[in-house]
Amino acid sequence: MSTEITGATAGVTAQSTRGAGPDRASKPRKSDRARAEARLGWWLAGPAFVVMLAVTAYPILQAVYDSLFRYRLTAPDDRAFVGLGNYGVVLGDPVFWQSLGVTTLIMIITVAIELVLGFALALVMHRAVLRLRGLLRTAILVPYGIITVVSAFAWFYAFDINSGYVNSWFSWVPGISEDLNWFAGTGTSLFVIIASEVWKTTPFISLLLLAGLAQVPGDLEEAAQVDGATWWQRMKRVVLPNMKAAIMVAVLFRALDAFRIFDNVFIMTNGANGTTVLSLLAYRTSIGRLEIGLGSAISVLLFLCVIVICFIAIKIFKVDLAGARGEK
Amino acid sequence: MRVRRRSRAIAGVSVLALGAGLAACAPADSTPVLTWYTNPDAGGQATLAQQCTEEADGAYRIEVSVLPRDASSQREQLARRLAASDSSIDLMSLDPPFIPELANAGFLAPVPDDIAEQVSQDVAEGALQGASWGDELVTVPFWANTQLLWYKKSVAEAAGLDMSQPVTWDQVMDAARDQDKTLGVQGIKAEAYTVWINALVESAGGQIVENPEAPAEDVELGLETDAGREAARIIGEIGEDGLGGPGLPTQDENASLTQFQGDNGSFMVNWPFVWPAMQGSVADGALDQSFLDDVGWAVYPQVTEGTDAAPPYGGINLGVGAFSEHVDLAYQAAACIVQPENQAAYFVTDGNPPASTVAYDDPEVQETFPMADVIRQSLEQAAPRPQTPYYNEVSQGLQETWHPPASVDPDRTPQKSTDFITAVLRGERLL
Repeated sequence: MSTEITGATAGVTAQSTRGAGPDRASKPRKSDRARAEARLGWWLAGPAFVVMLAVTAYPILQAVYDSLFRYRLTAPDDRAFVGLGNYGVVLGDPVFWQSLGVTTLIMIITVAIELVLGFALALVMHRAVLRLRGLLRTAILVPYGIITVVSAFAWFYAFDINSGYVNSWFSWVPGISEDLNWFAGTGTSLFVIIASEVWKTTPFISLLLLAGLAQVPGDLEEAAQVDGATWWQRMKRVVLPNMKAAIMVAVLFRALDAFRIFDNVFIMTNGANGTTVLSLLAYRTSIGRLEIGLGSAISVLLFLCVIVICFIAIKIFKVDLAGARGEK
Repeated sequence: MRVRRRSRAIAGVSVLALGAGLAACAPADSTPVLTWYTNPDAGGQATLAQQCTEEADGAYRIEVSVLPRDASSQREQLARRLAASDSSIDLMSLDPPFIPELANAGFLAPVPDDIAEQVSQDVAEGALQGASWGDELVTVPFWANTQLLWYKKSVAEAAGLDMSQPVTWDQVMDAARDQDKTLGVQGIKAEAYTVWINALVESAGGQIVENPEAPAEDVELGLETDAGREAARIIGEIGEDGLGGPGLPTQDENASLTQFQGDNGSFMVNWPFVWPAMQGSVADGALDQSFLDDVGWAVYPQVTEGTDAAPPYGGINLGVGAFSEHVDLAYQAAACIVQPENQAAYFVTDGNPPASTVAYDDPEVQETFPMADVIRQSLEQAAPRPQTPYYNEVSQGLQETWHPPASVDPDRTPQKSTDFITAVLRGERLL
């Protein structure tokens, strides 16, 4: 698993150093070769594009359509058109707003922690002695290679009041005792959910940041060092500005991922104690209650939220996806 | 979610294509295969499937496919597949509360008259009721579960309780409080919690749903009654006074058992599966034989002194999928599976009590389960959970408003949950 991922990053960095892709600035007449290349591009990307349409665009449109009906799977005959009624119910319900709040909270906290941790790990991986590098990368990537459901169960059993060892190991910490039921309160449940999420996905963010670090030209740093810049100054003035694109892409990807959190919450609390997140609410409505109409409305709203996050990131924070890949 | 379903459909097509290729290579076998979707157990259902396959002598072959662990996920999977007219579902092990929903939607093939007559002979009244919808048998009664009050004789003795007579919840709570012990009850936000709430309401002479067969908008709840308030008082007191221990808000049946086996255990309401489980722990050396000798059992505690308790009723009934290609064979297989001697054997191996009253007379049953007669008596008193097609909403609505147990207040909770569940059923609120 981990070698696969390192392979992928190697691919990304190789591509970025090559600076591939047609120059978008020069509009006028394409040569025959450029046209052939463009055609080849379409042939190569076409099948994937069609598959994406089939598995992404079609279900999204179907969900939008379904969300306009009152439709229960076990009563197909009672299906009735209600227009935007389902959206009215969802948006007028405190349950929706509460889960939106919890989801946003989880997203902000996990991304913030992961960014700091991930950057530290990326630096370690970047600077590590060549001999240790492979071992180090593998070790850091292990959590990312574990299936989320499995890691969720592992964390659940570690903190569970009956089978867990955390309470007895950490009973010296104020507030933790043998009687602490982590999954009985909102704060403690969210703590475990967020900790597990951070443990699981920090490697992902550190990988993206490592790719960014590799893009910072070494001679710039050396020049700064010769000029007498301290480590902190070099970090702040040279390294970070040069990898801003990579950081923003990492934040955007992780934020979108974190916003769609499901597995950890589903396994650990199943939404008890006010830990319901948006995807869980959508799941509970369409799969649990079989209310396809209401559930689709929640799914569509979840999708809109994701789009809004993308929009904010790209327009306001000016995340440059092409720049991160070294296309400019 | 939708994305996942579509992609699964595509994956399914490719698997089908692959399967067709493989099937061409396999030797021709014309025996119809019946797929039986079972709830996870200790392997007893798979054994029965094999036995009946042998008895059928080539008429059919039963293959077992295991469903998810908890009852709600089992329902989700079956309901979704049946809504898509899945013809691979021949037989299914169904949790009784979800039967009305599937029957009402036309997902269950009608029971042939001769089979109905055959499988309802000598069946406990509660089990027969649980297998029916609107006065008609829609599934085949297989095994019928009920909860008993398990207790440590030493604790009961210290509390001065005469366990040969029915005890009340207040007595049990006082005993635990005085001796600083914990009660084994299921306070987890899941189906197990609804089971407890329903048993308390029914034991107090009430009903959670007054008119279970009404359409969603007209469903009336019976929680704002003395029975509902009494149930809320007991749960709230156990929660607030910490009588269930710190694990109460996440405690399911297995966690209750673990707690009961510990030093602080005193009384526990739980299904009979705990008996083989405790014996297993002793055999493994995890528990002392002296622990097992100290364990006693009685009928579920009463809410009102002198009024028989209405213990929880559960179990599994066999349904036949409406879209199955072998409905007749599936019913033959179901009739084979539920023969009283098979029910008795299943009880012995898996600890799940028979729906057939005759099966309790089996000498092996009497030997393995010294509490068999108490179970039979409990089944006679048992009350099912609300038999409404909207059971899922009612159950989840209860869990939403009654959890955690410490927050339950007899003056507010019954009203709050009535308002909430009614609004959910009218489609005005999310769950």
